[in-house]
Amino acid sequence: MAKTYYDPADLRKFGKITEWNEELGNKFFDYYGKVFEEGALTAREKSLIALAVAHTEQCPYCIDAYTKDTLQRGVTKEEMMEAIHVGAAIKSGATLVHGVQMMNKVNKLDG
Amino acid sequence: MATKSLKKLGSDLAQSNKQLEILSNGIFKTGELPTFKDKISETSQFPLIAKKLEILQINVGYMCNQVCDHCHVDAGPDRKEIMTRDTMRQCLEVIKTSGAHTLDLTGGAPEMNPDFRWFVEEAAKVGIKDFIVRSNLTIIRANKKYYDLPEFFKKHNVHVVSSMPHWTRGKTDKQRGEGVFDMSIKALQELNAVGYGMPDSDLRLDLVYNPSGAFLPGDQAAMEKDFKKALLEDFDIKFHNLFAITNLPIARFLDFLIASENYEDYMYQLVEAYNPTAVKNVMCTNTLSISWDGYLFDCDFNQMLELPVNSKSRHISDFNEELLEGRNIVISQHCYGCTAGAGSSCQGVVA
Repeated sequence: MAKTYYDPADLRKFGKITEWNEELGNKFFDYYGKVFEEGALTAREKSLIALAVAHTEQCPYCIDAYTKDTLQRGVTKEEMMEAIHVGAAIKSGATLVHGVQMMNKVNKLDG
Repeated sequence: MATKSLKKLGSDLAQSNKQLEILSNGIFKTGELPTFKDKISETSQFPLIAKKLEILQINVGYMCNQVCDHCHVDAGPDRKEIMTRDTMRQCLEVIKTSGAHTLDLTGGAPEMNPDFRWFVEEAAKVGIKDFIVRSNLTIIRANKKYYDLPEFFKKHNVHVVSSMPHWTRGKTDKQRGEGVFDMSIKALQELNAVGYGMPDSDLRLDLVYNPSGAFLPGDQAAMEKDFKKALLEDFDIKFHNLFAITNLPIARFLDFLIASENYEDYMYQLVEAYNPTAVKNVMCTNTLSISWDGYLFDCDFNQMLELPVNSKSRHISDFNEELLEGRNIVISQHCYGCTAGAGSSCQGVVA
């Protein structure tokens, strides 16, 4: 077993997942590639969304990949940090909005 | 931010043979990554052969008013290599007789050569189709004696190609030095004021973008759109095209890659983005680079690595276009920089 769970060099091997299931692997990469093409949203906007989601998913590979990708697209560090705050705000909002559920339950159980 | 050239600092990497050694050893020696020769051989593109000459690129000297972090020339105020008027005269003879349609003056800051204006005036008389001067912009604001450069360029119908790494101050100054952004903006506004960069104007003004770190340039067309929008909204600046150029792993950029432990990852990026279609149009196949002392090279990068052309015609004084056409291009691993993604050249993408 590897000494660490994550190895930065593994990111380069991502494509190898097709070796153990070519059909599904290829379908995934075709889909993935298509998603990030210029569309109603620019590739730059999509890259920033991906960077924010990479953080909420806490995926080190994705953070590596999309930090570089946004840099390549001329995104500034101020823009990157703002994007991450958007992700963080949704994460904390998603936690806190459940507070209403707690409040409802308390009100029902304990008047 | 750098203040002195590697040469002035006495760095090992100021020696071209040390750079070539690094590019041939390590991951390329162990076979972890294929050499450029092996890679282009896969698609039967080795050897790379020079086609008909179209672009003459003349480096009139390594002196510059800036010391940019990633300069492949290792240029700066402390560099004293400057083309003499005698060598310029020899260049003029070649410009007159050669079939090249483009003349491209570069440096350092070419404007700092004391014979720069004389050379431009003489070269403009030859009536070459596209006459480029690569200006770093800040030189126009560096000293009173350069203030009239926009008018001078206009008078000789020079095509101005200028470096502009980003549309924000922070990213620009980090790469090119404190205050560079504001001076560049002012210079661009002055070029616009005399007619450069206007949508229908023949006075061509193009910008060059190269990444500020160990990553590849994004899509050229998308970057151009972003640059145009931001520069227009923020500073009312117009320009024609943006050339996205990949940083080649030589000189100060190589020094940065090694010091920041990005070298191997960067080479992986270049090799993984290798595009055989770009190989067909790499600039060395239609360009000749002439150094300040008159020697001939396949490109400005080979000039900095001191890899001379593989031909009996090696110097401007014995320039022979027939001999040079069909020569084998001299390559090493830095060439991956011109074949990654959409490719890269002094005129931007090639594929």
